[in-house]
Amino acid sequence: MTDLSADHPKESSAGRVEVRERIQRRSAPIVPAGNIAGRALVLVIAIMTFLSCLTFGAVTLVRDTASVWENQISREATIQIKPADGLDMEAALATAAEIAAATPGVTGTRIVDRDATARLLEPWLGAGLDIEALPVPRLVIVTIDEVNPPDFTALRTALAGKLPTAGLDDHRTWVDRLVAMARTTVAIGIAVLALMLAATVLTVVFATRGAMAGNGHIIEVLHFVGAEARFIAREFRRHFLLTGMKGAAAGGAAAILVFIVFSWWSSRNMATPQADQATALFGHFAIGWAGYLGVFLMVLVIGVLTAATSHATVVAFLSDLDARQTDTG
Amino acid sequence: MIRFENVGLRYGMGPEILRDITLQIPERSFQFLSGPSGAGKTTLLRLLFLSLKPTRGLITVFGKDRARIPRSELPLLRRRIGVVFQDFRLLDHMTTYENVALPLRVRGREESSYRTDVTELLKWVGLGERMHVLPPVLSGGEKQRTAIARALIEQPEILLADEPTGNVDPQLARRLLRLFIELNRLGTAVVIATHDLGLMDQVDARRLILSGGRLDIYD
Repeated sequence: MTDLSADHPKESSAGRVEVRERIQRRSAPIVPAGNIAGRALVLVIAIMTFLSCLTFGAVTLVRDTASVWENQISREATIQIKPADGLDMEAALATAAEIAAATPGVTGTRIVDRDATARLLEPWLGAGLDIEALPVPRLVIVTIDEVNPPDFTALRTALAGKLPTAGLDDHRTWVDRLVAMARTTVAIGIAVLALMLAATVLTVVFATRGAMAGNGHIIEVLHFVGAEARFIAREFRRHFLLTGMKGAAAGGAAAILVFIVFSWWSSRNMATPQADQATALFGHFAIGWAGYLGVFLMVLVIGVLTAATSHATVVAFLSDLDARQTDTG
Repeated sequence: MIRFENVGLRYGMGPEILRDITLQIPERSFQFLSGPSGAGKTTLLRLLFLSLKPTRGLITVFGKDRARIPRSELPLLRRRIGVVFQDFRLLDHMTTYENVALPLRVRGREESSYRTDVTELLKWVGLGERMHVLPPVLSGGEKQRTAIARALIEQPEILLADEPTGNVDPQLARRLLRLFIELNRLGTAVVIATHDLGLMDQVDARRLILSGGRLDIYD
């Protein structure tokens, strides 16, 4: 042996045990766990996932709400009977309800009674209104079988025959408007979601490439100590899959937390004007299982995307190393 | 083991850096590769290490024509060649021990199977006490010896060292040289690139002198 080894006399057995123990700790990962670029990558992924999930949740919410509006409003029609001289309003209401109930496709009728009518008018005319003193039109609410709606024209003609002052409002105008509005809103939402996802994909790709840029020397060293391209790519893929999932899971969890807090807030403030306003607009603020599934998928996709980007970067780097060889050769 | 026949190399469209190099590195041989700075020593080492392809000429490595070796087979051949880079190329996030064990780890070997080998080798190069230290804390000479140990851990058939004594004092340089001679005695062919004449004078070995892109061999 050379005198190099002579510089270090044989260690005592105690020292040897200690050395052995120290060796037995887990070895460092081939790709270093965290540097600044790596941490920035986790943060960027977390933020982008959070925003994407929020957008996704919002779109789901709007879509659900829109279909609820549509269904609720198209489930009902209204017969309005205007008062006229010599008209027995109660009898007219009963007749109208009868005619409506006899029409196929109508599942039920309900006469809005005096008290309810008074309550409807209360915001405009104040409390303690004597409804008899005013020529107030009265309403019959007709519930419709959505699957098999009645022939509104026939119903209208039948009503006009018996009660000239009755009118039928099938809410068609409103439904059409709402449907158009809801569809536009959903379309805009999907467009925003598409943009958001595209931005997330690009950000994740560039941030991963940024984090990878600092790892060129590791790839090179592994290459020179005889590591196969497969091995190098696998190490990086695994590392970046974890990094991506970590960031995406944090972002997704934050988004879910926001949804939960909102839904808790809206259920707690059920009867307050703000909550009523929110409920009127959005229904109950909950994204449902589809929303949570979407968040979960998003986390998975972003993790895979990060891993795929790092894989592509390693492969590109290695073929670049080889290309440098062929360039000169 | 490695044979060059009329090998020439140019980078891109530039002038030929190496011209008509014909040489042979036999098994168990010991040689210095020398010449003035910029003469192409590192380039020649890179050709030996299969990290460059020649522009012309024939290179035979372990009996195989370099030009016909598929890319997927290169890592397997590189494992039979140990390299000590001029700038060491140690991974800063791994300890001395882990750096030296890296070539075994990339082969997928279990840590328990090589732990003793690595420990022994580190003691042999005098780094028994510095096994669990990260490279930034090591001195130049310690980094050098770590790099050498990493090149040796797989018991390569040939060791290429680029200026292995460039960063150390003459005393340590002599000790490293003795380490290489010892290694050679154990059966590894050694090529040491250096422009340190003092170092070469200490050993009576074959000298490959590069100048102006041409190679002269003094046996």
